[in-house]
Amino acid sequence: MQNIITNIQRHFNISEKVEQRKDLFFVSTIKEQAVPLVTHLRDYEGFSYFIMLSVVDWIEEGEFQLTYLLNNPEKKMDIGVRTRISRENASMESAHHLWEHVATFQREIKEMYGIDFPGSPRVDEEFILEGWDDIPPMRREFDTKKYSEETYFPRPGSKSYDPREYMKNKLYSDDYEE
Amino acid sequence: MKNNKIFEKNSDRSKFPEKNADGTNKIDLSSEKYTKVWQGPNHPGVTGNMSLELTLCGDEVVDAKTHVGYLHRGFEKLFERRLYMQVMPTCIRMCVPESDTNEYCFAEAVEELSGIEAPEKAKWLRMLALEMSRLQMLLRVVPGQGGTFGLGIGVQWGMYVRELILDLFEELTGGRIYHMYMLPGGVRGDLPEGFKERAQKAMEEVYRFAKRIDDVMFNNAVFKKRAIGTGYIDPSWIDKFGIVGPNARAAGYNRDVRKDYPYLRYDELDWEVPVLENSDIYTRARIRWMDMQVTADLISQILEKMPEEGSFKAPTPNALNWRIPKGETYVRAEASRGEYGYYVVSDGTAYPRRINLRGPSYTHAVALLEKLLINANIADVPGIMVSLQTCPPEIER
Repeated sequence: MQNIITNIQRHFNISEKVEQRKDLFFVSTIKEQAVPLVTHLRDYEGFSYFIMLSVVDWIEEGEFQLTYLLNNPEKKMDIGVRTRISRENASMESAHHLWEHVATFQREIKEMYGIDFPGSPRVDEEFILEGWDDIPPMRREFDTKKYSEETYFPRPGSKSYDPREYMKNKLYSDDYEE
Repeated sequence: MKNNKIFEKNSDRSKFPEKNADGTNKIDLSSEKYTKVWQGPNHPGVTGNMSLELTLCGDEVVDAKTHVGYLHRGFEKLFERRLYMQVMPTCIRMCVPESDTNEYCFAEAVEELSGIEAPEKAKWLRMLALEMSRLQMLLRVVPGQGGTFGLGIGVQWGMYVRELILDLFEELTGGRIYHMYMLPGGVRGDLPEGFKERAQKAMEEVYRFAKRIDDVMFNNAVFKKRAIGTGYIDPSWIDKFGIVGPNARAAGYNRDVRKDYPYLRYDELDWEVPVLENSDIYTRARIRWMDMQVTADLISQILEKMPEEGSFKAPTPNALNWRIPKGETYVRAEASRGEYGYYVVSDGTAYPRRINLRGPSYTHAVALLEKLLINANIADVPGIMVSLQTCPPEIER
């Protein structure tokens, strides 16, 4: 795996590399180089199986992290290509031309995080939500509790507890330590 | 007479329907040549709560779109507001019929990020629960494939044997469907007294069932006529569509997470991964039938080699204040449907920053199914769908 990392460092701007396990590495690169790096890994380094595209919302830093997880079935290794994009007018180059199922991930991410992937097939079609008119619900500023209270009228007499407080008071009152 | 060719089975239909310049199908709904049919979300020919928007020309599917969201409960959003231990009862619902793979992947990811190792005995008990989970799933799916072509009796038999496995689960964990057995740090309990003997008896029923289903389903002329050559997956699509598990193994690809990335104690068990090559519905059903027997054999081996002594749970921090060090990982396991993985990101607090599931159905039920249904006969749609063993909740977490 170290050879592969050295190879890609020669061609791409790798700002960080993390060896999570012997068979799992994470590398970070800039937005413009993420899809070219993924393409390079597929075409030249044997990472032929695309596992997933995931998003992490770092709202405090005003950024989304996109993680492209790839697998090399021959060498039995995984690599996660990470990149950061701004949360404002979030948009990313599409990778749908590399694997057929990438378009599905991008379609879901557009719906759930509002990140656009121009040119990705059916990216604007509804995937999971239907008639959604609020902010994309997986963004961290979306308040699930508030939405639920406004949308679903609570039953008379029903009570809700903060799970952490409830467990602290009722279940673990003796051995709770902050 | 030239046109008669379109009525021949297995004739080349790849040029039909015609394509637009952008690769989409050239379908003019106003021409009255086509019919739109919604199959699902409540339909006996659809697995779980999803629907297929089919465009038909006669009885041939010319366009298919998968629609999900009928079972969306926002799990991944909820996880961000749950303590790690509170994730457990929710994550298992990501695939109802095979919940244990969720438990394992999540527990393993938390352990990896926090530097905890489950005790030796817990590893064997986890392996037992995972294989029992696989077995009860296969006992539904293998005869279920016959059900899609009108052969219902196998399903009844399968359900009986599956109940025996659920009885074992109830003994081991207290639950039949949802178990919450594999907590971060180990498992919740040891083997009950006499469990091994009762499990061995249940395995004998599994072998007996496998023999009967071989006679009734795999040697059934109608089933063979409908399943052989239908729903063909080209081996070149395996990586292109991210196909895993039995669907890939039926196309000649020897891929199994248990062998390729041995976890728990799978490397101490003696077994072969079933691989076949014809890549149609019949072959995929056959692979699962072989898997079922391999799994029963693995359960016997696990029970044989199970350590008698030792702890089944490592000490873990207070569940209410368990801060997982900052980091991220991807943990995978082999479910009955193929590779199943959890991507977990921790920001150093007591709450997960992100937990993202990648289930096999994410591609099997969307990109792959939409492709496979083109040019299929509408009567074969349920058969093709079940042959991919789709599980909608893992698409719309």
